[in-house]
Amino acid sequence: MVEILLDATVRAGTPILFATLGAILNERAGIINLGIEGLMLIGALAGFAGTFYSGSLLIGVLCAFIAAFVAGSIHALITVPLRGNQIVSGLALTMFGIGVTALFGRGMVGETIVGLERIALPGLSQLPIVGRALFQQDLLIYISFILVFLIWFFLYRTRIGLGLRTVGENPAAADTCGISVSLYRFLAVTTGAGLVGIGGAYLSLAMTPMWIENMSAGRGWIAVALVIFSGWSSHRAMLGAYLFGGITAMQLRFQAIGTDISTHILQMLPYIFTILVLVVSTIRLQKGSSQQPQGLGQPYDREDRK
Amino acid sequence: MKLVIERRDTSSTLMRFAAPVASIFVALAFAGFLLLAAGINPLEAYREILIEAVGSTYGLSETLVKATPLILAGLGVSIAFRMQIWNIGAEGQIYIGAMGATWVALFSGLENHWMLMITMFSAAFICGGLWAGVAGFLRARWSVNEVIVTLLMNYIAILLVDYLVYGPWRDPQGFNFPLTAQFADAARFASFFDTRLHSGFFLALVFALLLYLFMERTVWGYQIKVIGSNPQAARYAGMRTGQAVFWVLFLSGAIAGVAGFSEVAGLQYRLQHGLSPGYGYTAIIIAWLARRSAIGVVIVSLLMGILLVGGDSLQMLWQLPIAFVYAFQGLILFFLLGSDFFIQYRLKLIRGIRHG
Repeated sequence: MVEILLDATVRAGTPILFATLGAILNERAGIINLGIEGLMLIGALAGFAGTFYSGSLLIGVLCAFIAAFVAGSIHALITVPLRGNQIVSGLALTMFGIGVTALFGRGMVGETIVGLERIALPGLSQLPIVGRALFQQDLLIYISFILVFLIWFFLYRTRIGLGLRTVGENPAAADTCGISVSLYRFLAVTTGAGLVGIGGAYLSLAMTPMWIENMSAGRGWIAVALVIFSGWSSHRAMLGAYLFGGITAMQLRFQAIGTDISTHILQMLPYIFTILVLVVSTIRLQKGSSQQPQGLGQPYDREDRK
Repeated sequence: MKLVIERRDTSSTLMRFAAPVASIFVALAFAGFLLLAAGINPLEAYREILIEAVGSTYGLSETLVKATPLILAGLGVSIAFRMQIWNIGAEGQIYIGAMGATWVALFSGLENHWMLMITMFSAAFICGGLWAGVAGFLRARWSVNEVIVTLLMNYIAILLVDYLVYGPWRDPQGFNFPLTAQFADAARFASFFDTRLHSGFFLALVFALLLYLFMERTVWGYQIKVIGSNPQAARYAGMRTGQAVFWVLFLSGAIAGVAGFSEVAGLQYRLQHGLSPGYGYTAIIIAWLARRSAIGVVIVSLLMGILLVGGDSLQMLWQLPIAFVYAFQGLILFFLLGSDFFIQYRLKLIRGIRHG
């Protein structure tokens, strides 16, 4: 019972984990991205269509990354060189994603593919309680584990990562050091968007191997909230995503065993929970136990440098 | 010769108003390519939209019907925008407003038409206001990001209405459809000219006028504008920004709530699953395109009304998903944001200096 719940937790948390990691990369460079929900849908459709036509899940995942990367470059173009309003541009991206996937997804409705299969890691998957949840999963989940580490390593142990953090904290200082603020921001936004796309692809390739219009159902927004919870760090993003996954798993469990509580009320839980988490982490933010990138949301223009 | 980007000394007024118009047309062209890629002839599609939406008296009346909730919700969103507060939750506030009005219409026991109208209006106003007020309170008290809270509350609002129409409020004679019983005649708006055009449209126009007066002629409106453009100066001048944040979100949600009242009392005569096909999201685009002005909101809402009426008929003709309208709206915003650049900056051609 606990094993099954933990397993469902990880699976429900994974798309959000990818999306949150992508959003963290965006915000670390100082760009708010409210287009996560739209990018997830673009990734979900591109991943599904790519797999459907090529017969290869790997190509599907690649398609998801590329499609979201390209869509993310619209947001990057508007917010970085054109210095447009980041909030509105992100919202536009979400709307664009919902609409475009509804339009091009028409042909994919009702089609099926063989979804990602579980790969049991020898030995480890036999561990009690956590074995099934952590070591008997599909490839994308293993990649997400590695990615959490990689992003931490990139941000804190590499020169480029340091440059990226500086661009987000103090673009003028980064500029003085000879770092191209525009280039860093542009690539952070597009690469982050690509990761969000993979999160979307997880929905259509693993969780429910089919394409359903608007199948992200608000997960992108939950990821945006989890960025604040995570304090812009990848391992806390993992915690947040699994917390959310746990709530979803329990909600599904409740529905499965049948209770008197209406399914509609149960379905509200993840959203209510996310708002609570957001409130608590914002209060923490003010107490100074975590800090957002200082340059977040501000376009950079060398002429404004003081 | 060289092309350089140069900052303008003063922002361009021409660009401020030319940009929204231009971006709509560029978005139309671009959306055409998307339609083409999806196997639909864009010129035929646009012709169809125009014929359906403005080619007949009935089409025109339908455009006004669609514009009604858009004007109200757009006004609601725009008043918050004025203070740099982002209300992305108009969709949910429409649902909650409709819920409040429905409760009065079905369960209050009132029978007098005007009593019903006033009570339904107030219920929708207060419910929508309190729903948005939650985000306002959280923002004022702990600076919790109102974008995320208002947005997530949309999902909760829609589920709450679903809970009611699938559960306790479901019409026992409704063949198990997710909807409530119909309102009595006394709880309905008047409709005109044998069309679906109802008093809600005029209510929306009155609101536009009231909001214009509120913003331009009252101290509160002035405060909202000052806090929006320079919060620090506002604090030094002794304005209570925290309270203002709560009340502006309350008002914003309340007006969106009235849109919900207008939909159930003027058009649908009941609460039902999916009562708004995303008016609250379109309202965000409207408020932004209208540059936050009340008159602008009315004009842009009418344009979006055309698009929605046309979109409905495209859905019936070619099974084009109505969500395509969102893609179009997203494109408009992209191009608007892109062209906004030229309000602050200009491209300048510099002749190369000849040496020798």
